Amino acid sequence: MDQLLQHIFNALVLGGTYALLGIGLTLIFGIMNVVNFTHGALYTFGGYAMYLAAVALGLNFFVALPVALVAGLVLGAIIEFTLLRPLRRSDIDTTMLVMIGAGIIMQSGTLWIFGGVAKAVPTPFPAQPLTFGPVSLSYVNLFVLCAAVALIAITYFTINGTKLGRAMRATFQDHDTAALMGVNVSLIYTATFAIGSALASAAGALLGPVYVVTPQMGDLAAVKAFAIVILGGLGSISGATIGGFILAFAEELGAGYISSGYRDAMGFLIIIAVLLVKPTGLFARAERIG
Amino acid sequence: MTRFIAPLFLVVFALLPLGLTDPYLLNALIITGILTICAMSLNLLLGFTGQLSLGHVAFFGIGAYVSALTALGFDVSLPFGLRVTHEGGSPLLGFVLAIVLTGLCGYLIGRLSFRVRGAYFVIVTISFAEVVRLVALNWVELTQGPLALTAIPNMVLPVPSIGDVALRSKMQNYYLVLAVGVASYLLIARLVASRFGRAMRGLKENESLALSLGINATRTLTVAATVSAAMAGAAGSLYAHYIRIIDPDVFLFSYTVTMVIMVVSGGKGTLAGPLVGGIIFGLLPVALRPVMAPEAQWIVYGAILIAILFLMPRGIVPALEGLGERIAARRKAGDKPTDAMPAKMGANP
Repeated sequence: MDQLLQHIFNALVLGGTYALLGIGLTLIFGIMNVVNFTHGALYTFGGYAMYLAAVALGLNFFVALPVALVAGLVLGAIIEFTLLRPLRRSDIDTTMLVMIGAGIIMQSGTLWIFGGVAKAVPTPFPAQPLTFGPVSLSYVNLFVLCAAVALIAITYFTINGTKLGRAMRATFQDHDTAALMGVNVSLIYTATFAIGSALASAAGALLGPVYVVTPQMGDLAAVKAFAIVILGGLGSISGATIGGFILAFAEELGAGYISSGYRDAMGFLIIIAVLLVKPTGLFARAERIG
Repeated sequence: MTRFIAPLFLVVFALLPLGLTDPYLLNALIITGILTICAMSLNLLLGFTGQLSLGHVAFFGIGAYVSALTALGFDVSLPFGLRVTHEGGSPLLGFVLAIVLTGLCGYLIGRLSFRVRGAYFVIVTISFAEVVRLVALNWVELTQGPLALTAIPNMVLPVPSIGDVALRSKMQNYYLVLAVGVASYLLIARLVASRFGRAMRGLKENESLALSLGINATRTLTVAATVSAAMAGAAGSLYAHYIRIIDPDVFLFSYTVTMVIMVVSGGKGTLAGPLVGGIIFGLLPVALRPVMAPEAQWIVYGAILIAILFLMPRGIVPALEGLGERIAARRKAGDKPTDAMPAKMGANP
């Protein structure tokens, strides 16, 4: 029971960042019909941006985090503007392959610049964890959970409560009609990709200090994001949020009670199981599937 | 013009080792050949049926492991007190089993993943490859996990009146790969030209229309996936018995990316495309190695992939075909400047 509580807390921390990753990916897919293979690289980018800001520039931890987020926003906008905008009329396979190429360039570039040795990001939190009876909660994990929940809330507000969000939802439903109603669809696409990238980058920046940053950290993050998005249904934001937490619980409990070696296999098994049982994902409405 | 590419390559690559003594270059050619076989098999799915499978490396890796374990033998205990022991056998049997078992895997994965299309299909195939990689990494009793399977015997060929001959030298392995490559090419060429090949292309061009004509989509795609997987399995077996050591890294996504780059750059859906792409991207590391670190090479590959998709979205071979047709048309127009068009129109009064 004590162990279970600990697993639940760990899963909540992990689930928050997974949800950020999943929301970013599902947003980009839902609105732009692009499977973002740079998502993992953007996650890595967030981790290194955090490392650079906190270590090389010597910024305060709480300043470095928004810096990493904004860097992800800018990089996402650049990728959309240079690579995706000219391919607007291409089929989904072409954009997928272009995104794979961009992801390779980003990952190899990181490896080239920073080398393969893992980097640690220092945190201002005390190393001594908070203990509630048998459950120990480290401060940095608590912070990560709170920050992730705050970012999810901000994303929900942006989508549901702002003019930009309304334009995004309109584009999601029907981009031609949205364009006729005066929505600048190109701008919406850039904004969508930038926001999705910023969320991936934020997830990397939040988990970087918990673990370490390596050029390969994005590989597994990317496939997990795919798992979350499939679980929740491509294009569904609340599906991605719930999917992120489901995956985190499956991993944490699977690793704790079944086998730790197959921890990372959980995501893929979920993908395969979901597609066997309900290929459209658990939470998606049928018409959203392209 | 492009129909001469394959015979030309065959002549060049059959004669090439005669004038080549550098073992490094010969090794690069062998690996290139193996990857080109994978690219050809991937092209069957990606090019001819239009399904972007990004889990192709799984079949290559499964083929390598099946063949190596058949030759080396294994002893694993399964749940419910079951125990499977295998003494170790002929690499040739491993080669056959690799083809059969990967074909079976391809069939099962096809049945599973062709329920979905597009982005879903791509993600299922990637997930499958990753699951297989994690199994290879964690099922240490069978695969030795990260410790790798070592001392895998070389492939043997039964020769009448001499008995079994182990293919130890690079030259022997080179011609083995070339022979399997030619066989794969001919098989794909036959398949594509058949009624079945037309069904595949029909599905690629317009699935609803193909379905309305009575083509069974899932069956056609599954057969393509089975053949494609079996061929990649054969390549994996060749790799295992040539390199003689394999670890879970044979399942890395970067191999799939290499195969995809080969197919897309050469020209998907053409017979010669994977050959051209395979030779270029198989030998590019040899050219780049003296001037660049491996990370920088991958940056170049990524950039080339993007550049090809932007500038030559159909690939090199179709671009050459287009060029050849234009030259032919211009020459024709030059010969008979006036009656080329009227003659055509006159035929249809």
